[in-house]
Amino acid sequence: MAGKIRVVVAKPGLDGHDRGAKIIARALRDAGMEVVYTGLHQTPEQIVETAIQEDADAIGISILSGAHMTLVPRILSLLRAEGADDVLVVVGGTIPADDITELKALGVAEVFTPGAATTDIVEFLQARAR
Amino acid sequence: MSGEELRSTISGVENAPLYTPEDVVVAYARDLGDPGGFPFTRGVYGSMYRGRLWTMRQFAGFGTAAETNARFRFLLGEGQTGLSTAFDMPTLMGYDSDHPRSVGEVGREGVAVDSLADMRTLFDGIPLGEVSTSMTINSPAAILLAFYLCVGEEQGVPRAALRGTVQTDILKEYIAQKEFIFPPAPSMRLVTDMVEFCAKEMPLWHPISISGYHIREAGSTAAQELAFTLADGFTYVEWALERGLRIDEFAPRLSFFFNAHLDFFEEIAKYRAARRIWATVLRDRYGAKDERSLLLRFHTQTAGVSLTAQQPEVNIVRTAIEALAAVLGGTQSLHTNSFDEALALPTEDAVRIALRTQQVIAHETGVVNTADPLGGSYYLEHLTDELERQAYEYFRRIDELGGVVAAIEQNFFQSEIADAAFRYQREVESGQRVVVGVNRYQLADEQPVPLLKVDPALEAQQIARVRALRAGRDSAAVERSLAELKEAAASDINLIEPIIRAAKVDVTMGEMCDAFRDVWGVWRETPVF
Repeated sequence: MAGKIRVVVAKPGLDGHDRGAKIIARALRDAGMEVVYTGLHQTPEQIVETAIQEDADAIGISILSGAHMTLVPRILSLLRAEGADDVLVVVGGTIPADDITELKALGVAEVFTPGAATTDIVEFLQARAR
Repeated sequence: MSGEELRSTISGVENAPLYTPEDVVVAYARDLGDPGGFPFTRGVYGSMYRGRLWTMRQFAGFGTAAETNARFRFLLGEGQTGLSTAFDMPTLMGYDSDHPRSVGEVGREGVAVDSLADMRTLFDGIPLGEVSTSMTINSPAAILLAFYLCVGEEQGVPRAALRGTVQTDILKEYIAQKEFIFPPAPSMRLVTDMVEFCAKEMPLWHPISISGYHIREAGSTAAQELAFTLADGFTYVEWALERGLRIDEFAPRLSFFFNAHLDFFEEIAKYRAARRIWATVLRDRYGAKDERSLLLRFHTQTAGVSLTAQQPEVNIVRTAIEALAAVLGGTQSLHTNSFDEALALPTEDAVRIALRTQQVIAHETGVVNTADPLGGSYYLEHLTDELERQAYEYFRRIDELGGVVAAIEQNFFQSEIADAAFRYQREVESGQRVVVGVNRYQLADEQPVPLLKVDPALEAQQIARVRALRAGRDSAAVERSLAELKEAAASDINLIEPIIRAAKVDVTMGEMCDAFRDVWGVWRETPVF
């Protein structure tokens, strides 16, 4: 398939820690992807709506508030309800190991924790999105 | 990994291989002065830590008020000398625990406080006349201050005798931390209401802690942290002067909060430059006469952003070095991060090690015996001058944009910080900056460390608690209070007394914020990356 990989970088919940999200957004753009950054304080509904409107291949969820086990499953189930569960979902943030296992079982493709290199994230999306 | 290791500071300030008297021209009385003397480069007090050690103040908060109260008592029992409260995201954003936006976030990153009743539980058994308490809260700061003041009164401690700090630094929220509710103008009015109220009613209270910490955590350089924080400080001063307050009436109660990052000398230079700039500008531009107005007194927290999830025990070493920089830079108060905080909120064992780190610096290393022991170092004085120069250059650019609020609206700070954060990330990924355990000296087999888990059942308990409070209160009094609050918000009277009256009839924090949202609207930023 031709065309650029389209990624929505999303900040769900109430936390304002956006350093990681912005770095990832810029790195993906520099790697040639189409990037939409939602900005802060998004609800799961807003994120899924953006992903569908933007015809996204992937959603990158950045979350550091500890609410990942509530918000990420809601995003996944909303995607399924909208018939958009072909959208690849990756998560980045301070996610404990036990929660990573559970998130992956729920359908998250990968979880990137502190210290992950942007090059690894780029390579993952290039290999797996679409 | 490619790329030769950089020799510039972590913020990109070039370093020469050697500094000599040729490189630094220091006029002692003009540029340094003795500690306790203008321009306070060497410290705000003559005796520094011989007179009194810094306050060891560990930031704590999770779950419900009862959980955090237990952590506070643990910390005081371990020799901590001040309290510092972390609130959860819903509280920071002005939502009660049962608000739909609060789902999954109650008590996760801090303690949930919805009402005066929660504040009463939070400080149960802790004599507010004897401790000093810092509260990290910004948009709803006036409401949390009102709750605290009411708990003090219930304990028989008059408001004038309460000691502590509310962060209240809304400008850095727009710039970096992003926990804003209302647009800048009404937010600044509320901040100025607090400055005015504290100047008249709470002489021992710090109404604002002007914070560079979050600016740095968002990825700024040391010079940006220094410059943006001081520019914010000048803006608060100007709003208070505009209100009709005299500079020496409120400036002595302004305090600061800086980051302690890993570039040891750059950090020490940053604190020294900050003191010199603040004293000079307060005296020369704002006409401060009272010496206490000139003193930049600050709290420091070690850099959360420097902690690694890999080989987390190594974070103990990083934190110790950062804490030492804060002490050699003359901090008045210090929080040391726990080694497990790149993974979760800290366990009691991890917090104890963090506190012990400060105690080792205070009692075993000898660095407290002489004020500003590094003063006069060619390298340090050069860096101090360089950071000061960069700060004044930023002040000029901010002025050109129309001041701090205008620069926020133009995304100036946000773009500068995002650029710096990206540059640093690139340097790490190219191997030009080494992060031990992350891009060099990795372990193939990382061993998990025990982590604190916040019990998910606490969210349901807290929701039940706030609902029970609403069911049991005098609803007519609540309605009257909310109407009074809205009317006050739409006028220009000082809002603090109406907030205190609302707190006393159990109006919740979220309800008060909703009243203000109705009158003032909310702020949305245009995201840039």
